[in-house]
Amino acid sequence: MPEALEVVLRAVAVLAAFLVLPLLVGQTEHKVMAHMQGRLGPMYAGGFHGWAQLVADGVKFAQKEDSVPAAADRTLFRLAPGIALVPYLVAMSAIPLAPGVVAADVDAGLLFVLAASAVAVLGILVGGWASGNKYSLLGGMRTAAQLLAYELPLVLAATSVAMAAGTLRLSGIVEAWQPWWLLWQAPAAVVFLVSAVAELQRPPFDMPIADAELVLGAYTEYGGLRFALFLLAEYAGIVVMSGLFAVLFLGGWSGPFPEALGWLWTLAKTGLVAVLVIWIRVAWPRMREDQLQALAWKVLVPLALAQLVLTAALVVAL
Amino acid sequence: MKGPLSGLARGLAVTLATLGRPVVTAEYPDVTPTLAPRSRGVIALLEENCTVCMLCARECPDWCIYIDSHKETLEVEGAARARQRNVLDRFAIDFSLCMYCGICVEVCPFDALFWSPQFEYSETDIANMTHEKERLREWMWSVPPPPALDPGAPVAKEVDPSGRPARTAGATRAERPERPERPERPERPERAAGATRAERPERPDRADRPARRTPSPTTAATTPPTTPPTTPPPTPTTPPTPTPAPPPQDEP
Repeated sequence: MPEALEVVLRAVAVLAAFLVLPLLVGQTEHKVMAHMQGRLGPMYAGGFHGWAQLVADGVKFAQKEDSVPAAADRTLFRLAPGIALVPYLVAMSAIPLAPGVVAADVDAGLLFVLAASAVAVLGILVGGWASGNKYSLLGGMRTAAQLLAYELPLVLAATSVAMAAGTLRLSGIVEAWQPWWLLWQAPAAVVFLVSAVAELQRPPFDMPIADAELVLGAYTEYGGLRFALFLLAEYAGIVVMSGLFAVLFLGGWSGPFPEALGWLWTLAKTGLVAVLVIWIRVAWPRMREDQLQALAWKVLVPLALAQLVLTAALVVAL
Repeated sequence: MKGPLSGLARGLAVTLATLGRPVVTAEYPDVTPTLAPRSRGVIALLEENCTVCMLCARECPDWCIYIDSHKETLEVEGAARARQRNVLDRFAIDFSLCMYCGICVEVCPFDALFWSPQFEYSETDIANMTHEKERLREWMWSVPPPPALDPGAPVAKEVDPSGRPARTAGATRAERPERPERPERPERPERAAGATRAERPERPDRADRPARRTPSPTTAATTPPTTPPTTPPPTPTTPPTPTPAPPPQDEP
C-alpha cells in the first residue's frame, strides 16, 4: 500500500510541476521579452505586475467555442493537442532534480526523455494533417522536416555526454559530470541547445509556425482550449529541454552549496537555460526553410559527429 | 569572427542592453503623461472675449467652427441713438473635422481662443465630436499660463521697439535697410526669462478696460466685463502694449 501511495504522490508532484513550471516560463517570457523590447508587458492581471496573465489567458481560452472544421479529421484533430502535450509530462517525470528526487529514475533515462519529446512533435504533425487546411498541412510538413533534420544532431550531442559519462541514466550522468566537461562538451552543448530550440519550433526556428506567412501553421484551425494545450505543450517543451540541458551539460545539482540544496541548483540552471531560449527568441529573426535544413545537415550534424570523435578519443585515452 | 556570428552576438547585446534600460511604455490611464508646453489638445473658448467677428470661422481650413449670433439694441439714456452689440448664440467646433492647425487661435484678435492640453474627450460617435461653447468654455480652466520665452529668444517687437528700423514713408519691404544689431542679450536677462506683469509699467490696469470700451454706465452693467474675476491665467497673453479698443459696434 505505501508503495502505491508513493507512486500517486510522485505522479501528483510531476503533474504539479508540469502545470506550474510552463506557466512560470511563459510569464517570464512575457516580462523578459517586453523589457528586452523596452516595454512593460502585462501589468494588470492579478494586480502585481500582471503575474496572473497566463491564468487569465487560460480562463479566456476555456470560455471559447470548441470548433472543428468541416474538412477536418475529427478524431485526430481532437487528439492532436493531447499527443503534443502528454509526452512532455512523461518526459518530465524522468528528469532528476537531485539525487533521489525524481519521479521515475529510468535506467535509460536519456533515451526515454529524448524519445518522449520526439513523440510530442508528432502531435503538431498530426494536428497539421488533421486540420484539412493547406496552411496547416504546410506547417505540419515543415514540422516533419524539422523533426527529421534536428533529431539527429540532438541525439548525437546527447550521445556524446552519455559516452563521456558511460551511462544513459540521467542521475548517473550528473554524478559523473565534472566542471571541465563544460569545455570538453561545449560544442555538443551548443548543438544540443540549437537542436532543442529547433525541435520546439521556437524562434528563430519557427518556420513551421511562421505566423506571418503560414498563419501559425499547424495551429491555424485550433482555438480555445485545444490551442491553449498546444501553447502549454510548447512551454512544457521548453521546461523539459532546459531541464535536460541542465542535467546533461551543466551538471544538474552539482554546485557549491550543501547537498540538500541540489534541487535548487537544478531548477536554477533549468531556469537559466529557459531564459536563454527566450532571449534567443527576442534577439534573432526567423530562419528560412532552406537555411534551417542547411544549418542542421551542413553544420550541426558534422559538428556533433566531430564532438563524438573527440569524446570517444578522450574517453579511450583517459 | 566576422559574419553571421557577429550579427547574432549584436542581436543578443542589443536586447540585453535594452533589458537593462528603463522601459518607454507610458502607463497612460494610470499615469498622466507630461505634455510639452503648448500642447495642442483642444481649442478652448473664452466666451467673454468673443466679439463674433467671425475671423476664426472664416480662416478655418476645415470650416469646422460654427458661429451663430444676433444683434442686440441697447437704448442708452441720453445717447443720440440706440447702440448695437453682437451677442454670441452658438459657438461650436467640430473636432472630427478640426485638424488642429491652430489658425483660429492665431487669428483671434480678442484672445478668445486658446490651446488647452486637455485631450481626453474621445467619443464613441463621430457626431458627438462637435462641442458647443459651454464645453469649450469649460476647457478654458485647463489652459496653462503662457510659458516663459525660450532662453535666447528675441524680445517681442512690441516690448523692444529699439531693435526696429525707423519706418520711412513710402519705403517698400524690399527697400528696407538691414536691421541694426540688437542690443546684446545679457543686458535684459530678466526680460528674456519671462517678464512678469509687475515689470511692465506701460500696461494698463485691466479693471479700467471695460469702462473705456463701453463708456455708458448702463451698458457696462449689462455687458459682462472683458475679464471677469473668474478668468483663468491665460488672459495676460494680451500684448503688453494696450490693444486699441474695439471699434464701437455701431451701424453707420
